Amino acid sequence: MGRIHVASRQFVRPGDLLAEGEDVFNENCRTGEGGYLELVPKKGIYCVEKDHRIYAVIMGLAEIDGNKISVIPLEGQPVLEEGDVVIGIIAGVGVTNWVVDIRWIYPGILPANTVIEGFNPAIHDLSEYLGLGDYIVARIEEYDRSSVPILSIKGKGLGKITEGIVIEVKPSRVPRIIGKKRSMYNILTQETGCSLVIGRNGRIWIRCPDERMVDIVINAIRKIEREAHMPSLTERIKEYIIAEKRRIGA
Amino acid sequence: MMHEKPILIREDGLRHDGRKPEDLRPIKMRVGVLKNADGSALVEFGKTKVIAAVYGPREAKPRHVALPDRALIRCRYHMAPFSTDDRKSPAPSRREIELSKVIREALEAAVFTELYPRTTIDVFIEVLQADGGTRTTGLTAASLALADAGIPMRDLVAAVAVGKVDGVLVLDIDQLEDEYGEADMPVGIMPNLGEIVLLQLNGVLTPDEFRKALDLAYRGLKEVYRLQKEALYRKYYSGY
Amino acid sequence: MSLTPYEFSTVPRLRKLQVINSLRKGARIDGRGFEDYRKITIELGTIPKAAGSALVRIGDTTVLVGVKTEIGEPYRDRPLEGVLQVHAEFVPLASPTFEPGPPDENAIETARVIDRSLREPRAIKLEELTIVPGRKVWIVFNDIYLLDHNGNIVDTSMLATMAALRTARLPRVVSVEGDTVIIDKSTREKPLPVQLSVVIVSVAKINGYLLVDPNIDEESVLDAKLMIGVDEKGRIVGMQKTGQRSFTRSEVDQAIELALKKAGELHTFLNQALAGR
Repeated sequence: MGRIHVASRQFVRPGDLLAEGEDVFNENCRTGEGGYLELVPKKGIYCVEKDHRIYAVIMGLAEIDGNKISVIPLEGQPVLEEGDVVIGIIAGVGVTNWVVDIRWIYPGILPANTVIEGFNPAIHDLSEYLGLGDYIVARIEEYDRSSVPILSIKGKGLGKITEGIVIEVKPSRVPRIIGKKRSMYNILTQETGCSLVIGRNGRIWIRCPDERMVDIVINAIRKIEREAHMPSLTERIKEYIIAEKRRIGA
Repeated sequence: MMHEKPILIREDGLRHDGRKPEDLRPIKMRVGVLKNADGSALVEFGKTKVIAAVYGPREAKPRHVALPDRALIRCRYHMAPFSTDDRKSPAPSRREIELSKVIREALEAAVFTELYPRTTIDVFIEVLQADGGTRTTGLTAASLALADAGIPMRDLVAAVAVGKVDGVLVLDIDQLEDEYGEADMPVGIMPNLGEIVLLQLNGVLTPDEFRKALDLAYRGLKEVYRLQKEALYRKYYSGY
Repeated sequence: MSLTPYEFSTVPRLRKLQVINSLRKGARIDGRGFEDYRKITIELGTIPKAAGSALVRIGDTTVLVGVKTEIGEPYRDRPLEGVLQVHAEFVPLASPTFEPGPPDENAIETARVIDRSLREPRAIKLEELTIVPGRKVWIVFNDIYLLDHNGNIVDTSMLATMAALRTARLPRVVSVEGDTVIIDKSTREKPLPVQLSVVIVSVAKINGYLLVDPNIDEESVLDAKLMIGVDEKGRIVGMQKTGQRSFTRSEVDQAIELALKKAGELHTFLNQALAGR
């Protein structure tokens, strides 16, 4: 039987032994082309086949769900993967694509032919569709780490942002803002009535039917960002929002 | 002029500063000391004081230095002009060039560079005050700064120098012991994995003495590693 | 500033596979066993204009060392000792990857590892190189010239250095008046006071296998390397780990055991070469 050496929400650092044993190992360590993969970046862990051990690769909080184990990072760049939703700002308008600031090491590329039907560079002027400074919600369509990420805005919930506000948080705090099984996200949205789109890159799009809720939800997010490493944060955020609502009489 | 060799091991078996052979100097570590850097750490071993900063992963500049399949680590070990007894010229010496290389190679063993192709991870180590063990203090600080920057690593790296002075193997030698001792052996390891990432020997040891010296280093590094873990923890939980 | 070398990323995968596959079968790509050096040759006195010189080949790796001497001032903190300076040049003719320019970190590291392995055990009695105490001493320049790089530069350079130093002779001091020292440069008289012979054995780690004297293909794929200086008394007189991966403790112990064994053979070989001159 496998053994998990850390408690949920325990502070861990690179090199800390999280778990060992074949069953835990098989549950968490992917196999890829030509053998198992040592590093599982999205989970913040790495696997050593000898003795079936799992170590943390990053400083953060251990997250345990049955036999599943991962580390929620407290610092650093997000690990972007295909399928992730990010919020970008148009930073360059070219002839056949847009260059999008996604708050990452390299900008993303949004190809025009995925946005404009029957795209023809001789006819279409890209700036009429998306101009410099426009916010978009996009999905990472193609990304293999060795090239720039290719974006898409085709799909439900994707596209240009025309209302509400966008704030930036440390990308490493995003998993905490979403919470285990979306628990934190649910509190933030249900308690305030606001809708949130949380980009993996640490940009959050906020729309609130009740204008008074904007500050409350932003302050709650800032509190999560500051206290990401603290225990029972979900309950305290809930209490905070309820208290704030009472204060303004909402 | 050359000074008379001082007594390094006193008649009572203690060292010139009163330490036992297996004692470390007083150690201080602090993480997140610089605002601009993505990660930083200040580490002191006795009077040796070293600050390390990490920037990145960030876009490789100039672009042609970028590696297609992994992040490029750029490492500079540098001594401040005021860090030494006589002013040190700020131009990089042959010693600093060599130490930048051995420290970089030690860190490469720990960092998962393959996660960030075509980027650079910059590691800057500045020796603010030198009193022996600057490369090991610098490596210890650099690994904390990398962890603070959230860069994925196999393990932290803890380092310390073992020496042989007046025929006795001693842990964590200072400048006087380095200058007048018979051997200086800097050792850097990934403590959880027990793997050696930096190993140099400047001096003469028998094979048996070498094994004992390495044992002594491993014992001392347990404590260095404990302090590293505590320093990272303190960054978040200092007030609690 | 030290940078991850570019070559590390562009090693053909097939080459790495070939090296590892042959190691798995217990042999190396050039047919050697794990503990075998390539063929070593030592040629002495290659450069008659130098005080001492040697051309050493390990396989196709070729290093020429020339020792030059001159009169100069001692270091301030070592007033009663002569001066030894070790330099290494990786000149562009030695490899398609070398560029002209000042010594890079690899050349500097090579020179400094060799320098320390000589200095720390006091292989040369520097105090015997004093002419006017505190003012005039012999300065010995040991210049390592890499001519053909096919792997294991350090072991080859150390062997060439030792051969050159042990055959080097100082010119005659004609007169000393105050600080004025007159020498007869046409003469080669007193041998350099070399009291101890040192060799370096480099042990490479590739996929968990330990082997000596890596050739250039093996070097391009190795995980880490331990250079171990060993004197003729079997003491360890210097050590340096290089490479981007790590060693376990037991690997270090094995590497040292291997180095001690191979160093004995290198010392014997060197002594024979010097005796036959």
